[in-house]
Amino acid sequence: MDRDDRRESHAPEPTSGVIEEVEVRGHIVDSLLLPKILDRILQMGGTFEIRECKIGARRVDPSYARIAIRAASAADLDEILGDLVEHGASPVDPEDAKVEAADISGAFPDHFYSTTNQRTQLRLGGRWIDVSDQEMDCGIAVDPVAKTARCVPMVDVQAGMPIVVGHDGLRVVPTERPREASLFGFMGSGVSSEKPKAVSLQGVADSIRATRAAGKKVLLVGGPAIVHTGSASHVAQLIREGWVQALFAGNALATHDIEQAIYGTSLGVSIDRGESIEHGHEHHLRTINTIRRRGGIKAAVDSGLIRSGIMYECVKHGVDVVLAGSIRDDGPLPEVITDSIRAQARMRESVKDVGFALMIATALHSIATGNLLPAWVKVVCVDINPATVTKLSDRGTFQTVGLVTDVEPFLRSLAGMLSVL
Amino acid sequence: MDTTPRILMCPPDYYGIEYEINPWMDRQVGSDPAESHRQWRALHDTLVDLGVTVELMEPQPGLPDLVFTANAGLVFGDLFLSSRFRHGVRQGETPHFDRWARAHGFVVEALPPGRNFEGAGDALFCGPTLFAGYRFRSDARSHHWIGERLGVPVLPLELVDPRFYHLDTCFCPLSETAAIYYPGAFDDYGRSVLKGQIGTLIEVSAEEAVSFSCNAVVVGRTVVLNDGAPKLARALNDLGFDSRPLRLTEFIKAGGSAKCLTLYLSTPPWQTAEPDPACTLAHFSTSA
Repeated sequence: MDRDDRRESHAPEPTSGVIEEVEVRGHIVDSLLLPKILDRILQMGGTFEIRECKIGARRVDPSYARIAIRAASAADLDEILGDLVEHGASPVDPEDAKVEAADISGAFPDHFYSTTNQRTQLRLGGRWIDVSDQEMDCGIAVDPVAKTARCVPMVDVQAGMPIVVGHDGLRVVPTERPREASLFGFMGSGVSSEKPKAVSLQGVADSIRATRAAGKKVLLVGGPAIVHTGSASHVAQLIREGWVQALFAGNALATHDIEQAIYGTSLGVSIDRGESIEHGHEHHLRTINTIRRRGGIKAAVDSGLIRSGIMYECVKHGVDVVLAGSIRDDGPLPEVITDSIRAQARMRESVKDVGFALMIATALHSIATGNLLPAWVKVVCVDINPATVTKLSDRGTFQTVGLVTDVEPFLRSLAGMLSVL
Repeated sequence: MDTTPRILMCPPDYYGIEYEINPWMDRQVGSDPAESHRQWRALHDTLVDLGVTVELMEPQPGLPDLVFTANAGLVFGDLFLSSRFRHGVRQGETPHFDRWARAHGFVVEALPPGRNFEGAGDALFCGPTLFAGYRFRSDARSHHWIGERLGVPVLPLELVDPRFYHLDTCFCPLSETAAIYYPGAFDDYGRSVLKGQIGTLIEVSAEEAVSFSCNAVVVGRTVVLNDGAPKLARALNDLGFDSRPLRLTEFIKAGGSAKCLTLYLSTPPWQTAEPDPACTLAHFSTSA
């Protein structure tokens, strides 16, 4: 019995394993049965989370606890449950989730369960399992043999795929707001330009460091204003120093970044002098044309045409870049994916190990990315326009922390804080 | 109010070692019927001598352990909460115990099916609290059910040594605030609970515990217990209790001694938990 080590909640990581809920009632506090049960779970290699606990008001009143237990495998869980039953716990047995085979490809059956971005668990074969690839506005496909479940977008549905319908045997586990005194604890969800920037900035830097220390990826989602405001060199530095593992952007960011690398301008404006250059308005189109002639960004970097900037560092440091096209794009650059469904699929693939997303000066790509991220991925949205940040939260990415500020000083300070030099 | 203690016993006419359901039982060893009778009679006469009204029930052929009346059920006022024996070989005792209880004015009630509970062998009041042993014979869940049914605090204690398979083999209340116990029969949690709840706990040594010295019958300030526990006798004496050692070796062969051979029908003085007048009338949900 190690009471000092006992915690109210050994919150399981949303990774793997099987879950079962038990309930125990009686004089479980005075008899030390509750602590004993919790200790037993830990001793047997499981983790627990107390989902409900009611303590009797008077000495004769019984108490009640509902405890979720997670173990690495069904066999491990059975062993723990078998032990706990001896100590008076009994399994809580709700129904299994209802599953229906998709009748056509590309659409869910009627009454499909529509997902949120919150951690979701599903009861299958009498067991709670985690739904993987958590994403909002999807359905849930079940593998009845492997006993797994994952979110699938509508377009990926194949005829015959077992899809969850109705709401039985499903539960959503809300993501708790972090308790630590970090940016996320401190900021809440308010969007305001009137927050102390140094504190916010330190919070972003700390979160990025923590994400990397945990072996997770940092995702940067950026708009062309990064280049227009002269921040490309700060982002390039962040990439060079290993703080960014994935970049989502559109044709514009890449084009103006390369324009700067080749001509020293962004949309024809000199980054050094802030003045329009003669015939500068042609620079971006000439840039696209040159890169298309070279066969793409990577080829242009490899040939020595591009020697600096965001795209250069991405190629040199193996950053996973997804450039998604839009209807107004010039060119576009060869790497730009113009099929939205295909672009979504690439982004979906890339967000899998992301632990922190920094969204800067783009409403379109930020919302698109927010749609794909589970609620437990920390999101910081930096924009001069409060509406961008509000919009992201309104579309369901409620975990977003917004910083209303000019992106250049923000990125310059962030690069400085994270600088390893 | 009549304070004469009433105790139920059953003569050992058909007592013997006919099966093995605990580490003490060995069919090869067997028991001596004549000696069993002599030892049982000595216990009976001692209790009568101490002023106890001993009620007798009729022994039944084929039910050798009917002699251990402590396992018949739990008496709480007029309520007789009937046992559900874990082992099939003892389940035949229940109809006889129930019939006796009903014929003697008790309201007989049973736990929901599928639960194990072995009566006063595993459920002992001390003060307002019911201490309850689980693992080998009774289930923790049964005890929780009983706590809700009777409206009393119940503290289930895990028994960890198969030789002390019933709570009354390792724990014996003496008064509202004092009890004897053998620490080795419990785990850390159980020992902590007992130490936290009971003011005076007399520890019984391992060698005295195996001679069933915790399996004692307390009548007033006298403790009737198995022979072979001089240290415990001294400790009891320091606490103001007399002890009456008896030779009950024939019953130890089946894993029982003085306490197992008796069932308190009257409320013992160390029990302060009192039945609610509605207790035996209430229609209690069995789904709890």
